[in-house]
Amino acid sequence: MPAISMTVNGEKVCGEVEGRTLLVEFIRNNLGKTGTHVGCDTSQCGACVVHVDGKAIKSCTALAVACDGASVDTIEGLAQNGKLHPMQEAFREHHGLQCGFCTPGMIMAGIDIVKRKGKKLKEETIREELEGNICRCTGYHNIVKAIQAGAAKM
Amino acid sequence: MYEFEYHRPKKLADAVKLIKSKKEGKLMSGGMTLIPTMKQRLASPTDVIDLSGLGNFGVSVSKTKVTIKAGTTHAEVASNSDLKKAVPALAALAGMIGDPHVRHRGTLGGSVANADPAADYPAALLALNAKVVTDSRTIEADKFFKGLFETALRANEIIKQVSFDIPAKSAYSKMPNPASRYAMVGVFVADFGNKGVRVGVTGAKGSAYREKAMEKALSADFSAGAIAGLKIKADDMNADIHASAEYRAHLVGVMAKRAVGAAK
Repeated sequence: MPAISMTVNGEKVCGEVEGRTLLVEFIRNNLGKTGTHVGCDTSQCGACVVHVDGKAIKSCTALAVACDGASVDTIEGLAQNGKLHPMQEAFREHHGLQCGFCTPGMIMAGIDIVKRKGKKLKEETIREELEGNICRCTGYHNIVKAIQAGAAKM
Repeated sequence: MYEFEYHRPKKLADAVKLIKSKKEGKLMSGGMTLIPTMKQRLASPTDVIDLSGLGNFGVSVSKTKVTIKAGTTHAEVASNSDLKKAVPALAALAGMIGDPHVRHRGTLGGSVANADPAADYPAALLALNAKVVTDSRTIEADKFFKGLFETALRANEIIKQVSFDIPAKSAYSKMPNPASRYAMVGVFVADFGNKGVRVGVTGAKGSAYREKAMEKALSADFSAGAIAGLKIKADDMNADIHASAEYRAHLVGVMAKRAVGAAK
């Protein structure tokens, strides 16, 4: 089995994986970081979104071994010293979640939008950019509001 | 997913050697189609040769020509500032593929080699009269797309890059499936001035194709009116739960007119 190492939320980690081990399986099963969720498992829902080398990707559709040497950021790495990341705080404040299952992916996607499009986001832009993230509870209104508010505070 | 052996060569020559030496090897670029296919056990290669280690990515734009390396992601194509000026239609097309996360990983080479009947790039390659350069030869787009998920690529052939001349103006118009964002029908129109107009269509048939009657009409008069009366036959169009053959035939006309109107 290939041995891999990567930096996850700033920490060096390593492990042995099979060729077929998905990045999300490595994060959840090997590292025990279960904040990254598996929703659809068919590359559609976006609950598994993490950042690899600074870019949002679906970790259910990436091989762990292909991310050998990469820098990975997950939802667990956002809060610093017990203080929520502005995007997390905005989801709390604007009630951007109900069941919470899609939330880790939504927040990671939201931060990625800010990285690419800046802090001043139009509602229309956010809705378009959330193409790859599905929520089955909220109807998206509060998620959009949360990302808009979180972006402004980043 | 069935287990396989993973390889990530750093050189194209090594990738070619590897794929030739494996019984049932598969080449992987971004993996945006291959990984889901393997997860569903619809593909079970003995070996996966990941081309992402080749470092073969980048867009170069000269005065007359564009070259895009095979490993360039859709996100890179969509955001390349030189390409946005030279062929804004192609950058816009790349920005319509899948969703942002998929665009960060999926590549032009992977999409072209996969030749999904509803993928966006094939329509552009046909309309732009692109050349697909592989490790061993150059294939014209007209001879590249053969049928449903079928291309002129040999079993062990690897795409290096795609290049084409910059058209005077072009546009891509797509009716996306609301769930998958794949094209129900997408039409890419490219006006090469006195060299004529080319029209590439995706999503409508088993493979992307050129709508030649439209090309003739548009070469004489590049306006939506020139193709308004043109009847598109539904005979060999795709029919599925999303759209009937007749609806797709109708969409070809509508998307083409929109593309002509938007061309710049």
